[in-house]
Formats: sequence, structure tokens, C-alpha cells
Amino acid sequence: MPWSRDQLAMRAAKELRDGFYVNLGIGIPTLVANHIPPGMEVTLQSENGMLGMGPFPYDDEVDPDLINAGKQTITALPKTSYFSSADSFAMIRGGHIDLSILGAMEVSEHGDLANWMVPGKMVKGMGGAMDLVAGVKRVVVVMEHTSKEGASKLLKTCDLPLTGVRVVDLVITDLGVFEVDKKGDGPMRLIELADGVSAEEVAAKTQGAFVSALG
Amino acid sequence: MAKKVYPDAKAALEGLTFDGMIVMSGGFGLCGIPENLIIALRDSGVNGITVISNNAGVDGWGLGLLLETKQIKKMVSSYVGENKEFARQFLAGELELEFNPQGTLAERCRAGGAGIAGFYTKTGVGTLVAEGKETKVFNGETYVLETGLVADLSIVKAWKGDEEGNLIFHETARNFNPMMATAGKKCVAEVEILVPTGQLNPDAIHTPGIYVDRIVQGSFEKRIEQRTTRKRENA
Repeated sequence: MPWSRDQLAMRAAKELRDGFYVNLGIGIPTLVANHIPPGMEVTLQSENGMLGMGPFPYDDEVDPDLINAGKQTITALPKTSYFSSADSFAMIRGGHIDLSILGAMEVSEHGDLANWMVPGKMVKGMGGAMDLVAGVKRVVVVMEHTSKEGASKLLKTCDLPLTGVRVVDLVITDLGVFEVDKKGDGPMRLIELADGVSAEEVAAKTQGAFVSALG
Repeated sequence: MAKKVYPDAKAALEGLTFDGMIVMSGGFGLCGIPENLIIALRDSGVNGITVISNNAGVDGWGLGLLLETKQIKKMVSSYVGENKEFARQFLAGELELEFNPQGTLAERCRAGGAGIAGFYTKTGVGTLVAEGKETKVFNGETYVLETGLVADLSIVKAWKGDEEGNLIFHETARNFNPMMATAGKKCVAEVEILVPTGQLNPDAIHTPGIYVDRIVQGSFEKRIEQRTTRKRENA
């Protein structure tokens, strides 16, 4: 069985480490916050200007001045700090954030990422995605392995306009987990399969070059 | 010294608007937007403006009000996904749009206000954003040259301010407001609470009054784009 959205988030949560400062993208990456292991201290950054993001508010706590980067109402924690967008992206661009987990439309075998624009469709904008992938120490992509039409989203080269060149370290799809050699020219390494998914199925659905490193 | 305090948003914009001008407008989504000054800008009748703002409001609120009346010629933004009228005008070729990565946009405003003409960043290298721009290699990595931004007018929103124009922001409503305050040839701030000079803790001031030319106290709707909550577990 391919991994569900929640199982993808659980797998992505294994990339967290105690003491990490982490930025989570919108969609499945947001769910990773529900799977932080007990006892592990992780500080979530929201690029609109907040470190130490808390859970959604109770109904009587909703505060219009307190939102996350997805414009959802949230809460603060005792450790929370607020800052401007310039300071926020200084910490992102300056390499002070340990991990960014975000979604993708396409990833190339060398870690190019496309996740902001489909030509011919109304483009909403890249928001902070280009800054995050350029600056954060480690970039993890969580996405479906194939498009709705069944085409591989792990490609030799991306077809869509890029968000960043050689920026992705790890790709978690509903079929398995791939390490990316973003600094060199080696193939991706398949390091894990979803339960009940075969290496043959992954090979049939993956256009980008990879070698199996299972076991 | 000329007084900075104005009685209302309309009065605070008097003499500062002209057709074809460049306006910076603070806020992230609908959070921390100068809602009263946006309405006053609409009512001033100014046309053909370029607006630098992270987002473009929503239909019927924030900068969406200025789109409805077609007073905006061009937007410089990082994300504009929440606005149907925006999409319609853009697809019809009635509106120009320049996308900037969010951090690049923030830094361009900061640089503009700080007298920095340009800076090199890794953000966007190898993407559409870097096309036609100068690049340079530092320590083996490629960076792209981005320029500082300056506006004819900045409109910003703070939580507290004093008669001197000193500003304190609240929570995530700070966002783009502090940098934009520095990058306008004129800056008008609207605040929820306006106090006499001397009432704010000088150590707590986020934006010193030198950047603020005019200040006005407003009342605020503070619309919420996505009201997300959790349920209390029964005790």
C-alpha cells in the first residue's frame, strides 16, 4: 500500500532532530507538526515572522494578529519570538534554519525543485519557497510519486519552471524515500519502500535515475 | 516642529498622492494591513499606481478594494492567490505583475530604506526570477544581483504609536511594515493606540519616529482569511 498523507507526514517527522529549528510548508508538510516525537524539542518557524509556533487556537482565543504563513490563525508558546519579514528571511537565507519540509510538483534526479508555477495557468506566486530552498540547511520534499495522470514526478530534468537548482536533499513519496546527490552527479538512492510497495513498481514509475540502497 | 498627528486617514494622505506613483503597503495576507489608509487611498481617486505589497488583498478588502476600482497599474508581490478580481484583470492583460521571492522582496525594501542600491542573494539563482540579472560567484557559489526598492509613499500599520511617530508592532502583524516604513519617501502610519510622546518604552520601539512623517489613529476590522481552531477536550 502506498503511504497515506498522514503516513507521509509520519515518515517526514523522522527527519526531525532534537533542538532543530524547522520550517514546514503548506499541505502535507504542515501535518508533520502532529508527529513530533514525545520528548523531542522542535521549534517551528513561520516565515511571516515568528519562531515557536503553537497549535491552532481554541475558538475563544482566535487572534487576527497571529497567523502562520498559510494565513491560518495559530497560537504562541512561552518560547515564541516575533520579528519582521526581513529578519525572518535573514534567518532563512543565512542558513540558521535546520530543516525545511515542503511539497513539490516535480523534482529532478539532481535535486532541482519545481513547485510554484504551471505555464498557462494563473500563477499565484512563489511566496517564500525560493528563499527557503536556497537558504535552509536541509531540504526535504514530500509529494505523491506520480501525477494524477500517472506520470513520474521524479524526473531526469524538471519540465516546469524551477524554484531552485540542486536544492533537494531527500524526497519522500507515497512509494518510498530517495536520497539526492545534489552536489555531485550520482543517481538518487532509494533507501526505503512504503509497506507492500515493490522496487519494481518504483522503477516503473520513476523517470529519474536511481539505484537501490535498500537493506 | 511640524506636527505628525493627523485626525483621520483621509487628512493624513492629503498632498501625498499623484497619478502613476509607487506605493508600498505593509501587511502579510490581511494581517497587519493599513486598512484605513488603503480606503483613503482609494477615495483619493489616485490612478495608475504601482503597489509593492507581499499580497494583493482579497476580493472586497485590503488592496482588493483598489483593484476593484482599477486604480492599480502594477503589483510587485510574492503571492497573490487569494483574489479573483486580481486573476481576472491579470489574465485580461489589464494589470502588470512582478513576482519577487518573499525574502528578496523584504530585503529589497530593507535595502531601499537603508541606502543600499543592490545586493547579491542565492535566492532564485537558475530560475525565471534571475533571468536577465547579473550574477556573481562568491566562495564557489552563484548569487544574483537584486536592487533596493524605494516608494513615493509607504503606508504601514502598527499596534501602538506616539506623537513622535515611534511605532510598536504586535505579533505577526509586524511582517513587512518596518522595512516599508523606511523605504517610502513619505511614510504614513496608522495605529490602534496613539499615545502622547514619552509613554512608550524607548527600548521597545521597533520603528523610530524618524521614518514616519504622519501618524493617524484608526479603528480596525482585522478580517481573518483562514479561521482555524481546535476543539477543547472535555474535562
